[in-house]
Amino acid sequence: MSKLIIQPNNKDHIQGNEKSNVTLVEYGDFECPYCGEAYPIVKEIQKIKGDVLRFVFRNFPLSEMHPYALHAAYAAEAAGKQHKFWEMHDILFENQENLEDKNLRLYAEKLSLDIDQFTNDMNSDEVAKKVQEDIMGGIKSGVNGTPTFFINGLRFDGSHKLDSLLKAIEKIKFKNTLNEKPTS
Amino acid sequence: MKNQPLKKGIKAPDFSLKSTPDQEVSLKDFLGKPVILVFYPADFSPVCGSELTLFNEVLPEFKKYGAQVLGISVDNIWSHLAFIKERNLHFPLLSDFNPKGEVSRLYNAYLEEDGLSKRALYVIDKDGVIAWSYISPTGINPGADGVLNALEEL
Repeated sequence: MSKLIIQPNNKDHIQGNEKSNVTLVEYGDFECPYCGEAYPIVKEIQKIKGDVLRFVFRNFPLSEMHPYALHAAYAAEAAGKQHKFWEMHDILFENQENLEDKNLRLYAEKLSLDIDQFTNDMNSDEVAKKVQEDIMGGIKSGVNGTPTFFINGLRFDGSHKLDSLLKAIEKIKFKNTLNEKPTS
Repeated sequence: MKNQPLKKGIKAPDFSLKSTPDQEVSLKDFLGKPVILVFYPADFSPVCGSELTLFNEVLPEFKKYGAQVLGISVDNIWSHLAFIKERNLHFPLLSDFNPKGEVSRLYNAYLEEDGLSKRALYVIDKDGVIAWSYISPTGINPGADGVLNALEEL
């Protein structure tokens, strides 16, 4: 069973309750149609589980197959430097067919980002390194395609349909509660 | 023990298979460097993040160990060549086509009832000895984590 080797940390983009003991980590590629299909499903899960779920998105662009995926990942990270990672994440998944550099710039404008800074960050070593670290961490954790989900650190090999993911999340939460030590 | 892969420490059975209409690839050609054998069921399986696509992305990491990746399935050469082109793969795919599945069988990586190779992974060291092996459950792509760990330990 493949396990997540890099635990959620302060370099990550995190949505939901940061202190939650239920964590869904996605390794995704903004150009991958299967990630695009999973995008509204994750949103739905967040809506249902809102208060108890911590969601982490990490980059796993399959650059050999998806020519625009790497720059799209850079764009999300660059937007993150201006505290708009999730806004860019959503725009990219909602516009998977249009991920050329000129589109990315347009989305940055739409999000009222400082364009000079956005462009600098997109081309920076720091952003490239962050994406590379996401990829390497993913490979070593057993990412086996995109998207790959980890639920509380274990790779989830089931279907990416809503009910299957939701069931798995609820199961893990239950187990954790059982193992939880009394806090007093 | 047909459901188990060949074990660590066993000399990897040699084979020669075609990678193009006029090129044969033998395991012994790669003596002196590690070889990663990736047995898989079929070209063009309808998954975008498929196993071979992933291994293609991880190729630079494998290269750090000087390792050669060889994909093997029972598809014919023309299918392989089209698949390589479509997925932009940078390693050869070998055709275990005639006699069908012979090499896959040698490596306990043949699913008789379906007539397809299983998802089996082998890391073979520079002396041609199996260093690590794994057969993934049907329908689950193995990641590249096991292979990388095995290469690190060589």
